[in-house]
Amino acid sequence: MSDTEDNAAAQEWPSTRVLTDIVYCGVCTLPVEYCEFAGTTTKCQKWLRNKDVALFAKTWPAVDLTEKMDDATLEEDSTLTKEQKKAEAKAAQEAKKKAAQRLIIKRVERTKRKCVIEVSGLELFGVDLKKAAKLFATKFACGSSVTKNPQGTDDIIVQGDVQDDIYDLVLDTWPQVPEEQIELTEGKKK
Amino acid sequence: MFKKFSPKDDVSGKSKVKSSVQRGIRSKILEQYPALNPYIEELMPKKDPLILVKCHDRLNVVMVNDQLLFFNHHDGPYFPTLQILHKFPDIMPQVQVDRGAIKFVLSGANIMCPGLTSKGARIDVDLPVDTPVAVLAEGKEHALALGELKMSTQDIKSINKGVGVELVHFINDGLWHAKIEA
Repeated sequence: MSDTEDNAAAQEWPSTRVLTDIVYCGVCTLPVEYCEFAGTTTKCQKWLRNKDVALFAKTWPAVDLTEKMDDATLEEDSTLTKEQKKAEAKAAQEAKKKAAQRLIIKRVERTKRKCVIEVSGLELFGVDLKKAAKLFATKFACGSSVTKNPQGTDDIIVQGDVQDDIYDLVLDTWPQVPEEQIELTEGKKK
Repeated sequence: MFKKFSPKDDVSGKSKVKSSVQRGIRSKILEQYPALNPYIEELMPKKDPLILVKCHDRLNVVMVNDQLLFFNHHDGPYFPTLQILHKFPDIMPQVQVDRGAIKFVLSGANIMCPGLTSKGARIDVDLPVDTPVAVLAEGKEHALALGELKMSTQDIKSINKGVGVELVHFINDGLWHAKIEA
């Protein structure tokens, strides 16, 4: 086999170390030594402390001492540094943003008695639009596609008068979409 | 190059390539990174389909088994993704930047000469212009970026002004986070 030949001739090639035990941070995805530059330092520290104390001590030698103090007082009670405040503000903002997300299911008249349904905002809930469009097409036996709207974001257009059915289907299929964030509207196209 | 890269917008197509093309890519990568020879079978087994992800600007990303391995731009040299580079750290020449530069490199800045010549920085070998290099950082074990030399290392040392390494790929950029489904 050619593979064995490859191995036999391996001496000719420059060698490289092979590292297989690199720990990537579960919060910022960087190698843990770069967590300090990720902007989510406190979260990263917490994550690493829970995961691997020895590595934590190695990566954050300066924090090691305070760690014991933290354990006594409670992790979150450690004095708020500037960075922590920043991160918290960011998290709060994100939560706000999340609450403001809307899934709009709009019925658009095309000709008399015929209409299409525009579903916009589904991607905000982490749904793959292509798959969703396909699902709508099979469920309602009608044409359904992903199109760009004038704002540059993607909509799903469903060719059929199925506004209420979509509402129910969305609630059933994607539990992460809260009912109060779905909006049913009617409108004219263009 | 990957500062703003999202698989959703920037991938224009992905295709399984012919086995002849696959062999071509493989040999090209090996030619560039001979140290990978003993491990290539593990990285890209001959039997497994190789998927070429085509992106804007003639950027190709080589993917095997849902793992992004290498990319190249305009048929230029292949670069490993940083995940691969972390695993095989010695496959490409390295330069090291000082601690002060890390912050900027991680937001995608090109590396200026002083960041490569100051106290914490290190350039061990002489390299010609346009060499792909791994960028290490002072006090860190793993590479934080990949770049291409815009000056030879001799020039970097003697001129010590302007852009020394053009940044191609860095941790926490779009490609680092990219997950592409086959």
